Amino acid sequence: MTRIDAAEKYFQQLNEEIRGASGEIVIDNCCGQRYIGAGMSGKDLLINGVPGNDLGCYLNGGTIRVKGNAQDQTGDTMNEGTVVVEGSSGDATGYAMRGGKIFVRGNVGYRAGIHMKAYQDHQPLIIVGGEAGSFLGEYQAGGTIIVLGLGSKKAPMGNLCCAGMHGGRMFVRCEELPDDLPSQVNTAVASLDDMASIEGSLKEFCKTFEISEKEAFSGRFYLITPNTKNPYRALYTFY
Amino acid sequence: MQYEGQTRIPSGCAISGIFSRSGEKFNGEDIIRSITPMHDRSNGLGGGFAAYGIYPKQKDLYAFHVFYDSVRAKEECEHIISSSFDLNVAEKIPTRRIPEITDEPSIWRYFGLPYRKQLDDTGLDEREFVSRFVMKVNTEVRGAYVFSSGKNMGVFKAVGFPEDVGRFYRLEDYEGYCWTAHGRYPTNTPGWWGGAHPFALLDYSVVHNGEISSYDANRRFIEMFGYSCTLLTDTEAITYIIDYLNRRQGLSLNEVADVVAAPFWSQIEAMPEEKRRYYTYLRNIYSSLLITGPFSILVGYTGGMMALNDRCKLRSMVVGEHGDTVYVASEECAIRTIQPNLDRLWSPRGGEPVIVTLNKGVTP
Repeated sequence: MTRIDAAEKYFQQLNEEIRGASGEIVIDNCCGQRYIGAGMSGKDLLINGVPGNDLGCYLNGGTIRVKGNAQDQTGDTMNEGTVVVEGSSGDATGYAMRGGKIFVRGNVGYRAGIHMKAYQDHQPLIIVGGEAGSFLGEYQAGGTIIVLGLGSKKAPMGNLCCAGMHGGRMFVRCEELPDDLPSQVNTAVASLDDMASIEGSLKEFCKTFEISEKEAFSGRFYLITPNTKNPYRALYTFY
Repeated sequence: MQYEGQTRIPSGCAISGIFSRSGEKFNGEDIIRSITPMHDRSNGLGGGFAAYGIYPKQKDLYAFHVFYDSVRAKEECEHIISSSFDLNVAEKIPTRRIPEITDEPSIWRYFGLPYRKQLDDTGLDEREFVSRFVMKVNTEVRGAYVFSSGKNMGVFKAVGFPEDVGRFYRLEDYEGYCWTAHGRYPTNTPGWWGGAHPFALLDYSVVHNGEISSYDANRRFIEMFGYSCTLLTDTEAITYIIDYLNRRQGLSLNEVADVVAAPFWSQIEAMPEEKRRYYTYLRNIYSSLLITGPFSILVGYTGGMMALNDRCKLRSMVVGEHGDTVYVASEECAIRTIQPNLDRLWSPRGGEPVIVTLNKGVTP
């Protein structure tokens, strides 16, 4: 195991040290350094402190675990691997993500999963234990977003979610969805088959954070999907 | 010389603020340490600070901070100021010579009150009189720029990275109950001393991360009321909008936030009757003061501070609390670096103002 003290270290130097290390790496006293784990694969990072923006951008394998909160654009354009945030994660978490997993125990900020996409066996996944801010899944083009709203009394999402969504799936655990979702998405209570498709991932999430499966699986799950293959056609062209 | 694509400047402006609700005063070292981890959000073309409660001995006098490009500008400005104000002090603002800060103008400050007779003759209230004086100097005296004009507060700004600007102005020598800071990455203007943040008028100061798209609509409206947007930067317009709505129109800061970061019409339509009427009224009356495009701002004023994001929250902002102290910053690291143990940390929603004021009975 390699330990790196990030105190007073400029982001370039810190990232060089991470690139130079292998296997398990623990970073202490992290304070806002950007691009940690950029393009990384085959390593396991544990971060104590606050990592900076674009944590795990272009991540191509391996794992990153943050003991506290992460800032903005976590997992920006990541391709493979896993990011685990024990606290909350900022705006645009999973920005343009194209593979791999992001697990957040707490909340995510605005625009989580914005323009997430999928291709063949690259099927990105974001699971949020708490709530998501507004514009969740904006322009979502593929992959799966699951919001559990553990401890929430209302729909665990902000305003105008799924705006521009045209692919992928979103699961939200709540009694009632907000009424400002766009007309281009379908909403339905998730079927047994739908739930079976995410059961393994949800169990993994519960295990990661030691959350009771009973709690996480309880209540109603809604499934949100775009309602046609090309839901915005009529917005931009006349035909 | 480097061309486009040969270098990348990963920037986006940084703001930070610290406010002690119990009125406890602290020097400028904390705010400098707070803005430092966000170094890469700015590019060295502007940094600045606003501090409240720093001039207790002259707390009833207006403190003017002025940049001069030339001796002539200084003479012209001093002629105007000394004919309108009973001045107690005129002095150079103390600075520290450091290699990171260069090409500094001459930087002076003056403490004073308007002459009673002049004030009575004009029939203006004192704050309006001072505001008009600031506009007059900034539009009519070439090479002079009044960048701070409140009581018991001051703005300190320069071209440079904020941590260097803080050292340049010897902020360790000032103690205030509220500090705000800005690291600049200018998007539309070349970046000069006057264009650095905070922008201030009277005791209002604004630091801003973002780039508003409604600048010209806002400017055209606000210039009808005697303001001159001389610097072509959006933050200057925001400062005047806040002064106009809060001081001149008498709106509360919550109402100001509901004007500049109003909800969408679709959201207003879904509101209960009373709220719908309130927002419809504000949006109709002040339609030209809706600020669109990305912004996160910190507004300082005597006894308080307001943090506000645009309604779509296109810029990041987090708020932390520890005891009586409130911290606001573009990034969490800026708060944790000075206060690792927070009682509470949250991200306000877009358009939702966070207003902190001194506790009851605490005088600024």
